[in-house]
Amino acid sequence: MTNTIDQLHVSITKRFGSKTVLDKLLLEIRGREFVTFLGPSGCGKSTALNIIAGLLPPSEGEIRLDGQRIDHLPPEKRGFGMVFQNYALFPHLTVFDNIAFGLSLKRRPPAEIRDRVTAMLNLVRLTGYEGRYPSQLSGGQQQRVAIARALVLHPRLMLFDEPLSNLDAKLRVEMRAEIKQLHSKLGLTSIYVTHDQAESLSLSDRIVVLRDGVLMQEGTPREIHDRPKNAFVADFMGFRNFFPVRLGEPVGGFVEGFARGAKLLALLPHDFSGGSDAIMAIRPEDIGVGRSADGANIVRGTVELVEYLGREREAVVATDAHARIWLRTPEQISVGDNVELNLPTERIVVLPVEGNPS
Amino acid sequence: MRGQKLKLAIYVFILGFILNVLGIIANVGVSAFAKRWFGSPLPPAFTTDWFTYAWTNFELGHVLFITLFIALTVVLIALGIAFPAAYIIARRNFRAKPFLLLLYFLPLLIPQMTYGIPLATTLYKFGIGASVAGVILAVLVPMVPLAVFILLPFFEQISLNLEWSASMLGANRRQVFRRILLPLMVPGILTAGLLVLVNTISNFELAFLLAGGGSQTLVVALYYNVFAGGVRPVYSIDAMALIYMVMVMSVLLVALRFVRPTQMVFRLDQPRR
Amino acid sequence: MTRVGKGERSELDILAMLFLLPSFLYVLVMFVYPFAYGIYASLQPLNGEIWSFKNYASFFTDPYQYSTIRTTFALAIPNTILVVLTALFLAYGMRRGIWMERTITTILVLPISLGVIFLSEGILGFYGTNGWLNQILIGANLVREPLELTHNYIGVIFSLFMQQFPFCFLMLLGYISGIDPSLESSARVLGAGPWTVFSRVMLPLITPGLLIAFALVFVMSFAVFPSAVMVGQPAGSTRSIAIAAYQQAFEQYDMSYASAIAVIMGLCQLVALIAIVFLRRRMTIATTVGVGKR
Repeated sequence: MTNTIDQLHVSITKRFGSKTVLDKLLLEIRGREFVTFLGPSGCGKSTALNIIAGLLPPSEGEIRLDGQRIDHLPPEKRGFGMVFQNYALFPHLTVFDNIAFGLSLKRRPPAEIRDRVTAMLNLVRLTGYEGRYPSQLSGGQQQRVAIARALVLHPRLMLFDEPLSNLDAKLRVEMRAEIKQLHSKLGLTSIYVTHDQAESLSLSDRIVVLRDGVLMQEGTPREIHDRPKNAFVADFMGFRNFFPVRLGEPVGGFVEGFARGAKLLALLPHDFSGGSDAIMAIRPEDIGVGRSADGANIVRGTVELVEYLGREREAVVATDAHARIWLRTPEQISVGDNVELNLPTERIVVLPVEGNPS
Repeated sequence: MRGQKLKLAIYVFILGFILNVLGIIANVGVSAFAKRWFGSPLPPAFTTDWFTYAWTNFELGHVLFITLFIALTVVLIALGIAFPAAYIIARRNFRAKPFLLLLYFLPLLIPQMTYGIPLATTLYKFGIGASVAGVILAVLVPMVPLAVFILLPFFEQISLNLEWSASMLGANRRQVFRRILLPLMVPGILTAGLLVLVNTISNFELAFLLAGGGSQTLVVALYYNVFAGGVRPVYSIDAMALIYMVMVMSVLLVALRFVRPTQMVFRLDQPRR
Repeated sequence: MTRVGKGERSELDILAMLFLLPSFLYVLVMFVYPFAYGIYASLQPLNGEIWSFKNYASFFTDPYQYSTIRTTFALAIPNTILVVLTALFLAYGMRRGIWMERTITTILVLPISLGVIFLSEGILGFYGTNGWLNQILIGANLVREPLELTHNYIGVIFSLFMQQFPFCFLMLLGYISGIDPSLESSARVLGAGPWTVFSRVMLPLITPGLLIAFALVFVMSFAVFPSAVMVGQPAGSTRSIAIAAYQQAFEQYDMSYASAIAVIMGLCQLVALIAIVFLRRRMTIATTVGVGKR
């Protein structure tokens, strides 16, 4: 429905004084994609978004839209829509005038403005709120007005800067479903910035993970979640157990890792770039209690700490090799129990040694 | 209880102070309408003749005109040059910012009498001493920084995101200014304008040092007439003072619709957040 | 105009500099330059060679002139102490909000807005020998003779107090209200009585603001001029240094000497400010030594 882009090519570096905030960030964004920039605070994701929007100039590099360079264009000429974390609704204008703002700048006839604004109010389910002022709306309503205000102009590219961070948890889940719906329904291309990994997993076609201005990994939600490529992304995605190992020779896609007398078998990614020293990582919830069917990757240890979480327990086990393992299990273990844990081969990831988690 | 006694003492003092202020104002007011008054609680007879006396003998018409002219000119110029400066200071963090703010603060910190004498000397040297222009130029010296410091927190309150979202929606710089910044700055402009107005009308030291050649403002004329050669009847002076008070109070009343009384006292202790 | 992110350090581009230029130039040309010129002028006495301290010498050898320093300090210091202590007492007592706050603060703002001339004129009437206050005191048999409250030192103190007190009070009120109330609550819970809370918890926190208030009120009081003339004895006990400067400028037409006196006035204020800053350093050290030791 919307006239949207074919491709956005981003290749930028940004420095603030002596600090490099974005280091040769290179991305391609395809039309109708929903791309998320994910990372902790200060990783440069909002800066990257602001540069794409034209609100900040890059220190070096370029941005090409369908082949044309646009990084010299001011934001008002780029035709992108943007939704801010604090909504940025104009406090002195009504909901109607806020949404109509862009259209009135284009000097569209009043009848057309009225129709388009009304249609948009319907779309975000705020019919009847035309005459209200932003201060009279709740957070969720304000956010919907902000989205409507951007969408009514049929932007070629939608930019979202952590739009849901200021909402409470329940509203966040509702609103992100609405955003995804609008994106699909209107055939938009969207770039979405967030620090919330659940949000990025649920919304994106593709996730770009950033840290200190460096692109750490790029891929589909499944790839990022199941197959992180470095310790930072793994840690961000919920991996809590990291074992430094010495790798043996890979055999048929598998490799063994040796550490402190223990041996772990894992799948080796075909593009693994590390040397013979590596890190093997596994999620707490992937570890099983008891022996596995094939007897591989068994670790013995004593339970040190147990946290009761209702359906599951979170526990820390001190292994015979003096390693500490975090696990989550529905099994009813207690402090002091001697347990056998199995680490399923296919759930272990092999990571290079650089880029350790903080 | 000790606490109660202290609280009582506080209220007694405040009451005393208020009665003091009201008493002083009332005294001037009653005297202005007194035919003659000496030593009795109220004058034996009232009249409005002193106002006519003041009008003709003190050239009140001319003085009022000059005062308003000077005050409005100062407000316009002060706002005009303070507005862009306050915008940049609010939006940017540049290395020289603390020094610039200190520089702007000096004319407000250092008493007007201290820098007024050299200022008057300089203006006289350039031939604009005893004139309306001289008074305007002199009073602007503390008023421009005052306007900047009043406008600053108002600008800081307008989130940069508002300007950014207007840009994203297609507004160029001029449109952002006209349709977003300006409407949102109206309270700030009003506050700054009214406070500069009140301060200019009641300014004494600088207006006094640069007075002459028919450029006396109302306060300065008031002062002169207290000490003029030939005794001026105190009732006529009080009549003039009453007119002055009405002038200041009207601006004050308008100002207080938009401004909290504490904002009228420039506070240097805490930045407005 | 270049776009700048929030909080980003940036140097100013041309357009930004243009925005700042008019006000910056104005303060530079109309404030800094006359200041410098005044200092220069003070060193070019009317009948003497250029670059001489003759004006300063004259000032310090003429009792009629140098006595103004003592007179002015004698006016400024007591007034400042009075204003600041009263303001502190009231502001501290009202730190949790006052009844009819807006009305009271409005009335307090009146003296500031009306200005010194109106106030002095009113004081002459209200506090004069035939004024209402004396009428009430005599009528209530509290005194036999009318009190001499105007055309003397006391009148000037009244006038100064009324001008400075509201400003100082509102400033301290704002400052004290800004102190986290939970500090006081936790001290009370630990068993401290009201005086202990004030002297050992609140006062150290209020002191920075108090010193600023003291400095400001002092500096403003030191430059006293119209009050000293209208409600005081300009030729005698309340001949302030500002009066001396004014007389040289507009009665003797000796701008050079007048500038010198203005410079001396400024220096006195600077010395007082430095003394206050120095005092603050000493006090801060005293309060933190106790805290630092573990």
